[in-house]
Amino acid sequence: MSDILSLTATEARAALDKRDLSAVELASAYIGAIEETAALNNYVAVTADHALEMAAQSDARIADGSAGLIEGIPVGVKDLFCTAGFASTACSRILDGFTPTYESTVTANLWNAGGVMLGKLNCDEFAMGSGNETSAFGPAVNPWQAADGADLVPGGSSGGSAAAVAARSALLATGTDTGGSIRQPAAFCGVVGLKPTYGRCSRWGIVAFASSLDQAGPFSRTVADNALMMQAMASHDPRDSTSADEAMPDLTAALDKGVKGMKIGVPSEYVMDGMDSEVVALWERGQAWLRDAGAELVEISLPHTKYALPAYYIIAPAEASSNLARYDGVRYGLRVEADSLDDMYGATRAAGFGEEVQRRIMVGTYVLSAGYYDAYYLKAQRVRRLIKNDFDTAFQSVDAILTPATPTAAFPVGRKVDDPVTNFLNDIFTVPANLAGLPGMSVPAGLNADGLPLGLQVLGRAFDEATLYSVGRVIEDAAGFSALPARRAGGAS
Amino acid sequence: MSVDKTTVAKIARLARIHVPEDRQEQLAGELNGILDWIAELDEVDTENVEPLASVTGHGLPRRADAVTDGNRVDEVLANVPETASGFFVVPKVVE
Repeated sequence: MSDILSLTATEARAALDKRDLSAVELASAYIGAIEETAALNNYVAVTADHALEMAAQSDARIADGSAGLIEGIPVGVKDLFCTAGFASTACSRILDGFTPTYESTVTANLWNAGGVMLGKLNCDEFAMGSGNETSAFGPAVNPWQAADGADLVPGGSSGGSAAAVAARSALLATGTDTGGSIRQPAAFCGVVGLKPTYGRCSRWGIVAFASSLDQAGPFSRTVADNALMMQAMASHDPRDSTSADEAMPDLTAALDKGVKGMKIGVPSEYVMDGMDSEVVALWERGQAWLRDAGAELVEISLPHTKYALPAYYIIAPAEASSNLARYDGVRYGLRVEADSLDDMYGATRAAGFGEEVQRRIMVGTYVLSAGYYDAYYLKAQRVRRLIKNDFDTAFQSVDAILTPATPTAAFPVGRKVDDPVTNFLNDIFTVPANLAGLPGMSVPAGLNADGLPLGLQVLGRAFDEATLYSVGRVIEDAAGFSALPARRAGGAS
Repeated sequence: MSVDKTTVAKIARLARIHVPEDRQEQLAGELNGILDWIAELDEVDTENVEPLASVTGHGLPRRADAVTDGNRVDEVLANVPETASGFFVVPKVVE
């Protein structure tokens, strides 16, 4: 097969079962693709030998009829997931040399379902960023290029994951989403990304950023592939006390359900001042597609939308400052020697954490400190309830909500920003779902005038990922998004 | 509630991050930028609104009070920067 890299995961599964292709051939093609696209810095570690071993085992299981859901499919893993025996660094110097002795539940689920691990993918340090530029390994680069040939960010924090799937150096990839870290890079790279309902995927073995918001999810090139991967990675896990004991429906069955008779909400507060006119036009096109497919579009109000970002930037740093207290130079990772224990902590954390991470730990420490806790942290938690109430009210009258995924297309690597708040605005459409714990999907829906991908976001009720797959599939079919990035593996195929 | 250099030094100490004095001024400016923006929340009436800490909708599950794990000293110490006789080693704390 000359065009192995152009197969979707669903097509590759069928080819493997028919023996048109072996898992070892598929893994070898992707290892080649990783080498071909190395300049994009999407991978921080490649586990080629391990991938070939896993692929050989997949071939054996396919031969004896015991193939799993994603048997033989090459998967890239965001470096935020602990992988037993392979360095897991959260793309931070402070975890330099850390090699877990255990496997995260999500990756264990994927390997149990037959997935083949290609390596670890670049991300923002501790998942804090929207451009993959805070990584200790340097920025990951988007395979889509600016019209002038400039390098673009893949978005973040799961930038390497989205970029690798778009560049065809991974067929599927894991991500995590705390405020948009799956959906925003998916939109920037023209791939499908899902943030499941909070509690769907176990957080066990994933480096924690903000525990009440963090959720793992899948990246893929198609909506169908995304459903396949989601089915494999979700599980109830007693080792994560927030893991939900909710049965997962058959997601692939939802793919062809359509949206006939569905009510889709369009929140008026998501129309922002100064919004990119192409994003607005795409959003309107998305509404027309769903209407044409038989859905009823309903204008809804989510009145506290504008307060989601500031509330998020209290809650997430507060939780981060607490979670990241564990990096103390004593138990694992980097240690900078000093005469006293306190100086050792201070020197280790100063050397190990990058600027953005330090800034967020400082903000978190401040808002939790005596005298400010009520004014900031409790206030933000009260606003969080109002945001959740907005969604609860909306979902009494609609089945799903349609919004743009991001306010703009991908921006250039190294873009100078004077004010940290400017970078936060990337997450304006994605953060509310994290605060409310709801599932959200980003689907590539078109190109802007510069030829860069734009995405639409579909939000759903808690534990109703199935509806997102029905709606996402209709958008995918209507959009007919078939453009390919300039810098992908397998060029002409 | 403006953050100055002294406050930055205090937060840095609480966060156990060594922030050199020549960085404190700039950091104070950045933190103020973020905190001023966050102050937008003051517009929201949250009287009688309960704080939301968890969206799971279920309480914390309980398990039997029994030993389920252990005897993993080698694994626990596998990534330790400095170890001796099965312990973590830190700079001297007690004089």
